[in-house]
Amino acid sequence: MDAFQQFLKTFFDWKAMGEVIPQMLTVGLPNTLILAIISGVLGCILGLILAVMGISRNGVARWIARVYTDILRGLPAILVILVIGIGLGPSFRMLTGSTSPFPLGILALTLMAGAYIGEIFRSGIQSVHTGQLEAARALGFSYGSAMFLVVIPQGIRRVLPALVNQLISLIKDSSLIYVLGLLASQREIFRIGNDAMSNSGNLSPLVAAGVLYLILTIPLTHLVNFIDNRLRIGKPAKKEPDDVAAAVGKGV
Amino acid sequence: MTVLTSGTLTGKNLHLSFGHNHVLRGIDLHVPQGTTASVIGPSGSGKSTLLRVMNRLIEPDQGDILLDGRSVLQDNPDELRRRIGMVFQQFNLFPHKTVVENVSLALHKLRRMPKDQARAEALEQLDLVGLRHKAEARPADLSGGQMQRVAIARALAMKPEVMFFDEATSALDPELVKGVLALMADLAQSGMTMVVVTHEMGFCRNVSDTVTFMDAGVVVETGSPDQLFTAPETDRLKRFLSDVL
Ligand SMILES: Nc1ncnc2c1ncn2[C@@H]1O[C@H](COP(=O)(O)OP(=O)(O)OP(=O)(O)O)[C@@H](O)[C@H]1O
Ligand SMILES: [Mg+2]
Repeated sequence: MDAFQQFLKTFFDWKAMGEVIPQMLTVGLPNTLILAIISGVLGCILGLILAVMGISRNGVARWIARVYTDILRGLPAILVILVIGIGLGPSFRMLTGSTSPFPLGILALTLMAGAYIGEIFRSGIQSVHTGQLEAARALGFSYGSAMFLVVIPQGIRRVLPALVNQLISLIKDSSLIYVLGLLASQREIFRIGNDAMSNSGNLSPLVAAGVLYLILTIPLTHLVNFIDNRLRIGKPAKKEPDDVAAAVGKGV
Repeated sequence: MTVLTSGTLTGKNLHLSFGHNHVLRGIDLHVPQGTTASVIGPSGSGKSTLLRVMNRLIEPDQGDILLDGRSVLQDNPDELRRRIGMVFQQFNLFPHKTVVENVSLALHKLRRMPKDQARAEALEQLDLVGLRHKAEARPADLSGGQMQRVAIARALAMKPEVMFFDEATSALDPELVKGVLALMADLAQSGMTMVVVTHEMGFCRNVSDTVTFMDAGVVVETGSPDQLFTAPETDRLKRFLSDVL
């Protein structure tokens, strides 16, 4: 067998791939999506809380948000997942009777995503012109209502691309919870590929896993570009001449 | 258009500092109900700050604010601001909402009107400024003059007793200024109590009942437009008028 044949056999063994793909789609894909989407949604909630604390007029709230963010952004994901998954595992089992590593895995992913998303939201909210807050407050809205009805929705809109990037990261990082030990039915895409590789000694299942990740992430990357362009260029402006006559003619 | 028959606004000895910058140094401003007070003065003299202090967007360090003779400093500032409409130089429309939503938002959320009723009311306000046909547009799709008229409709929808205008036409292209000034003049005519910070000396002279000239955080002169424009007493006002006229 020549070198090229060897290469194909190692990475593109269709038979080895074919055997693993059904499991990847029926077990791995749903599990990966569950991990990424739940921790993405919870991370957004946590991130919003951190962002609001980060811009609050209360120094203690700002300090807590700052310290939290610095710590959780500064640690390797695998370390956080291990420490939380294994450290809190026994207490969690005693409290709930559940042995699933998912809740603690999701907790760890959420805590990290929240730190990143909090910074994303904060920068978005701070980029909204202060005139918006002022106009809302001039109408009689409280600071809180003005923030939630007027400022935060605009801030979030501006950082949608960064938010989608964060979801892409979560899809990839969800693979790390394999370190907590997964039952067969709990395995996500990477772990299924990895197990099949160990069994067969062939890398093709991992290549299949990689392709599946790309099928998830590449469209999201393009969605980011699309949103980005849309936000930057916006819909084509169609300004019209001012119809002064209408206003003056009607009177007030 | 019906205008509430209340809204005599008085600022007494108002002081405000930003850090070491003493911006308002004891301002008195009296605006009887149904009259229009213009405030003029050089850039940085504290005109915008005065408006923000009078509706308590910024709390004064010292002094009092009276509405219909009663001090409002003990009231909830959010409720005070519902009684005073404000229009900004940069319009500050909410870009993520449609024109009609800009106008109905406060009616729905603050006046607690059902959504349909708030919308109907907002459409009526838009009609009064001649922009009902733009109800579903986004602010970004309007001209500056149209945006400012929507901003005026948004403030009027709350049925304020007093209206503040902070250089409402300064950001507009010259050909759009007239429409907005005409709308403000109509409003003054209809009996609204108004405080108008402006560089439009024509409006000052023809529409306002009193003119107040501020410089460096103090009121230098105040009186009828005729008094200030034809017989300015101070050198500072004379210099200012010769610069702007
Ligand atoms: N939020 C703020 N923080 C600190 N300083 C401020 C703030 N707003 C205004 N100032 C300062 O207060 C002074 C008066 O500003 P203000 O905007 O009231 O002047 P103005 O008369 O409205 O001027 P213009 O005609 O340029 O609008 C200026 O020195 C300005 O730098
Ligand atoms: Mg100003």
